[in-house]
Amino acid sequence: MDFVPTASQTVGPFFRIGLTEKYSKPCIAAPQAKGERVGLSVRVLDGDGAPVNDALIEIWQADASGKYKHPDDPQSKTSDPGCDGFGRLGTDEQGHCQFDTIKPGRVPGPGNALQAPHLNVAVFARGMLKQFYTRIYFAGDPANQQDPVLALVPAERRETLVAQSDPTQPGFWRFEMHLQGEGETVFFDV
Amino acid sequence: MGPSTNERSLITPYRRHAAGTQPPAPYEPYKSTIKRSPTKPLIFLPHTLSEVTGPLFGEDAIAENDNDLTRHYPGEPQGERIIVTGRVLDSNGRPVPQALIEIWQANAAGRYRHAKDQHPAPVDPNFGGCGRTLTDDNGSYRFVTIAPGAYPWFNHYNAWRPRHIHLSLFGRAFLTRLVTQMYFPDDPLFPYDPIFNSIPDEKARQRMICKFDMETTQPQWALGYKFNIILRGPEQTPFET
Ligand SMILES: [Fe+2]
Repeated sequence: MDFVPTASQTVGPFFRIGLTEKYSKPCIAAPQAKGERVGLSVRVLDGDGAPVNDALIEIWQADASGKYKHPDDPQSKTSDPGCDGFGRLGTDEQGHCQFDTIKPGRVPGPGNALQAPHLNVAVFARGMLKQFYTRIYFAGDPANQQDPVLALVPAERRETLVAQSDPTQPGFWRFEMHLQGEGETVFFDV
Repeated sequence: MGPSTNERSLITPYRRHAAGTQPPAPYEPYKSTIKRSPTKPLIFLPHTLSEVTGPLFGEDAIAENDNDLTRHYPGEPQGERIIVTGRVLDSNGRPVPQALIEIWQANAAGRYRHAKDQHPAPVDPNFGGCGRTLTDDNGSYRFVTIAPGAYPWFNHYNAWRPRHIHLSLFGRAFLTRLVTQMYFPDDPLFPYDPIFNSIPDEKARQRMICKFDMETTQPQWALGYKFNIILRGPEQTPFET
């Protein structure tokens, strides 16, 4: 018997009844979690620049010390109980959703490299037969220059993976996800 | 530790999908994919700690009767009561315990309990159409629900979706995340459905169809169907002695 992974199929237009109506999770890290607070606005746009009002966004991240709340994280430090690390929201009519979290620490990467602070993102939607994976980095973080994953991305496309801070609201960040077209966000073959 | 283990960060990469076993993007016959699919090549990402970890769930994620969709309202829903059961395994054949499975579906008349569903078929006041459960130590799960009806959509002229239940699974890692649809045997709509036919590999496509199972079927009560789900597994298990 072979164990070929089950094929993916679209989440469709009606996932709200099963996935987010009862179990939305805007709060990735509780107020008592250690680290710099981050309000994160994510907006999803299609190839025409139109808002995608039925996307599902999931986020997975480390705590402020760079530790994942997961037994396969071999780092000896203990994870922050205030930081759950997972968030999930559906987008609204403007293609928008907003998470409440902390800026993650640096987690180990390939070789000796530490990765720059980043959020791991999966996007699902009607019109997508499978999820796409991307990452959100933080503009202005000096660690971005040495990040081993950003280094895999052509220099001219790296900006598509970087959230910008809102100059009028300290601690508030915005990320636009362009599914295709000009400024198409980088997605990863994971 | 084998050659493919990333020694510095002590992680084991997960197996990659074999060609043809997963849907492409875009897939022109499914029209909504055209404006919603990346057109630039995906960047190959060697797995790091960020990909091989992911949210884990416990008993607190589910409530009693969450896996019995016929008992979420005061009355019995209309339609054919069914039991859907099976195992969640990884691509090494190992059970995936504590996997969170969420399902949602149309009612017996083919109508979702969702404000945007415009299909002129009746809503069933006793059927919400969503449930969740966790797999046990053997990776086994069980739902009781109502057989969903087929429903029309707007992809092409006279487009109808074969009967299906949507499933969402969290395994052990963010990269094992799976959203799929389970179909029912011998559906006459299969040849016409671009979503079902988006999977190039014939066997992979057929594996999305559950099997009628007499042993699961309960006398005077409900038909039973078996559906096993395979999630990506690690290339090898580290630290195993
Ligand atoms: Fe559906």
